[in-house]
Amino acid sequence: MSIKVLMPALSPTMERGNLTRWLKAEGDTVKPGDVIAEIETDKATMEVEAVDEGTLGKILVPAGTNDVPVNEVIALIAEEGEDPKTLAVGASAPKAAAAALAAAAPAPTPSAAPEQNGAPGNVVAFPPPAGEKPARRFASPLARRLASQNKLDLAAITGSGPHGRIIAADVTAALAAGPAKVAAAPLPRPTQSDAIIKQYFAPDSFDEVPHETMRKTIARRLAEATAAIPHFYLTIECEIDALLKLRGELNAAAPKTPDGTPAYKLSVNDMIVKALALALVDVPNANVTFLENSMLRHHHADVAVAVAIPDGLITPVLKQADLLPLSAISNTMKDYAARAKQRRLKPQEYEGGVSAVSNLGMYGIKEFAAIINPPQSSILAVGAGEGRPIVRNGQIVPATLLGATLSCDHRAIDGATGAELLAAFRHRIEVPLSLLGI
Amino acid sequence: MAGAYDVIVVGGGPGGYVAAIRAAQLGLKTAVVEREHLGGICLNWGCIPTKALLRSAEIFHYAQHAKDYGLRIDGKIGYDAEAIKDRSRKISAQLNAGVGFLLKKNKVDVIWGEAQLTKPGDVRVGKPLKPAHQPQAAPPKGILGEGTYQAKHIVVATGARPRVLPGLEPDGKLIWTYFEAMMPDAMPKSLIVVGSGAIGVEFASFYRDFGAEVTLIEVLPRILPAEDAEVAALAHKRFEKRGMKILTGTKIVKLEKGAEGVTALAEDTSGKSQTLKAERLISAVGVTGNSENLGLEALGVTTDRGIIVTDGLGRTNVPGVYAIGDVAGPPMLAHKAEHEGVICVEAIAGLDPHPLDREAIPGCTYCNPQIASVGLTEEKAKAAGYELKIGRFPFIGNGKAIALGEPEGLTKTIFDAATGRLLGAHMIGAEVTELIQGFVVAMNCETTEAELMHTIFPHPTLSETMHESVLDAYGRAIHI
Repeated sequence: MSIKVLMPALSPTMERGNLTRWLKAEGDTVKPGDVIAEIETDKATMEVEAVDEGTLGKILVPAGTNDVPVNEVIALIAEEGEDPKTLAVGASAPKAAAAALAAAAPAPTPSAAPEQNGAPGNVVAFPPPAGEKPARRFASPLARRLASQNKLDLAAITGSGPHGRIIAADVTAALAAGPAKVAAAPLPRPTQSDAIIKQYFAPDSFDEVPHETMRKTIARRLAEATAAIPHFYLTIECEIDALLKLRGELNAAAPKTPDGTPAYKLSVNDMIVKALALALVDVPNANVTFLENSMLRHHHADVAVAVAIPDGLITPVLKQADLLPLSAISNTMKDYAARAKQRRLKPQEYEGGVSAVSNLGMYGIKEFAAIINPPQSSILAVGAGEGRPIVRNGQIVPATLLGATLSCDHRAIDGATGAELLAAFRHRIEVPLSLLGI
Repeated sequence: MAGAYDVIVVGGGPGGYVAAIRAAQLGLKTAVVEREHLGGICLNWGCIPTKALLRSAEIFHYAQHAKDYGLRIDGKIGYDAEAIKDRSRKISAQLNAGVGFLLKKNKVDVIWGEAQLTKPGDVRVGKPLKPAHQPQAAPPKGILGEGTYQAKHIVVATGARPRVLPGLEPDGKLIWTYFEAMMPDAMPKSLIVVGSGAIGVEFASFYRDFGAEVTLIEVLPRILPAEDAEVAALAHKRFEKRGMKILTGTKIVKLEKGAEGVTALAEDTSGKSQTLKAERLISAVGVTGNSENLGLEALGVTTDRGIIVTDGLGRTNVPGVYAIGDVAGPPMLAHKAEHEGVICVEAIAGLDPHPLDREAIPGCTYCNPQIASVGLTEEKAKAAGYELKIGRFPFIGNGKAIALGEPEGLTKTIFDAATGRLLGAHMIGAEVTELIQGFVVAMNCETTEAELMHTIFPHPTLSETMHESVLDAYGRAIHI
């Protein structure tokens, strides 16, 4: 019996992925652990390893195929004594050995995903604001009946029919996606059709580049976030002279690794990440995740850090950053940033988080406000440190000031709580020895 | 050479010219390459001229039965085969010119010749590889000639041609395809029709109406294999009543051509054989895609037994190359090609059309009695695992049918019991080809049985059989 290689689910929320590359050709022998293909998910490129030994008999999904559904058979592996040329899907072993993730990620079975209503990863179903009467949704009679038979709220479904009318296929797709996915609408459409928008520009005056999965994900998630999350913003300035001094001393004192390079080289951002993590633990009411029916109050602070990469953006998460020494934060971030640029982060490395840091200081941006990336409940936008005269004890003295704006999800964090968090953050920054822990 | 096009459509049949007009509507610079006849087989050698012929047959039939309606026609009722043929050709010529006019009106360039896809983005147009079927309408004015043309998107819409069975190779004299069958020099007195799909039964019906001894041969166990079994059985009975000889589960194992006709040895599945003699034989064993000589192999376009493999939006595996209509696979119907053409260019233009829904493509067969259907047959719906509610209403219960003198017919509807979704509708009887569209609209709008029941059908019309059939599926029919 041949072995089916299935499109793996790289995360609980993954429905489809793009098969970017085959690293083995038909007829190549494979053994467990061999990387046979590369798969592109929302945000990363992942390797697919063989778990069985045999000969790659037939590639069923060619390289470069987009939107391959999870669990689709992508290749067949012939076992010993089997002719790889005569493989057929129907004759394959039902045991369906799914290709495992590199680094043995706990790939959950996709069929289980819909039941996980508690929204692991980054999918949170946002309820419509209370007290608001839902607008009339146009839907075909069959779509209405299917929705009512399955107790599905039409308001949660995006229509793909004429004028956005919900058709039966939209309902069946929503059902197939499971409850957690109902709110995950497809890529938000521009308000005008593409064809109309294109007419505003001379035909030869632009290049048209189809969206990559990452661009679609960014568009969808941030549009959802702005629509569903009531944001409010708080801005504060921190004096960072002490922090800069401490950073210099710590870096100067860094022990040398056997190859002669320093064991760590802290950036200001590493210290900001640590300060935010500690501030979140200092203010438990702000260290929360908003769910439909409950609030998660975290014991530790998972802090995401926005990393700009070519043609996109990704936010790897430092788990329990409050417990990590600065050197660990620094070295982990360097690794994350490098792998993010190659799109080799694993989903579990960029999903989740309770708050985030987005730093545009290196561009000289003074201050800005960031969009919250659900399920996180806040995000700290950090500007450039700038030397300025300030008044202290009636004297004008020079100081280095850093502007930081906290965006809060008002459903989870009220104004005073947000202010407490930001004040705690400033304290940690201005008394930087507190970042070292005792 | 002319500047680059956004879209070049290869083939000016119903799929190709409709795709081109839609592309032009969307502001795309568009050209159509055609080697023979604007309007394709449909308009010149298929749908349209055969409907003209069948109309003559129908009126002839009514004239012969004038007495049934209280009318008297004194003298002999005869026909002029030449005039019938001429009428059919004139209608094709008129519509052919109409297509040229429509393309011009929409500023679609027409390039005359045989197209080859030489490299991505290039179409080389040269001399036609084979002579055109005659009579050929004059090419429209203002056409562009041979040369190499550039386009960002190339839509292959080259259609299909009759499939040839070994031993039944058409010779244009004794063994006909639809080309010769619609251009008879004289009405044959006897005829064998091989294949009982839409084309086969339409010609069988036409020649039977003009008095030919017709033998219809089908290799499968029943005629009209694509239709619902119940409807096909009714058609079988009606054809036999009209004097047609039908042999199912039968194939021709030997064919001899003589001076005046053919002698065929037909053998059925049990091995029993019989000898059939006829003046002519029509081979109507299906059609096959025109995917050769286009340069597709060199470009790496995937084909499967002559069919270009596409997704639901006409895209092939090669970016910038698309295929629609017959050459992109069955059902090989003009309206399917038109729809595919439209959604293909809408996707090219950046709109977001839904892919082709194969279960909502109607099919019409213009034999006597007419047959029309959409969606799943009862067999297929059962095989797909649906729990079914099935309604039937015979034309004998319909006032208009009786008034027309056409009391033989049936409207059958098939619903998914769980959701009330209309899965299929199957009709046989007078004018059903004009009626089926009611069910097609219902299906496309995703109505359930409830909306169909609440719809007011005008009285007295044959369409009331549609209403009653839906009611019958839920045990509520009034007139039965």
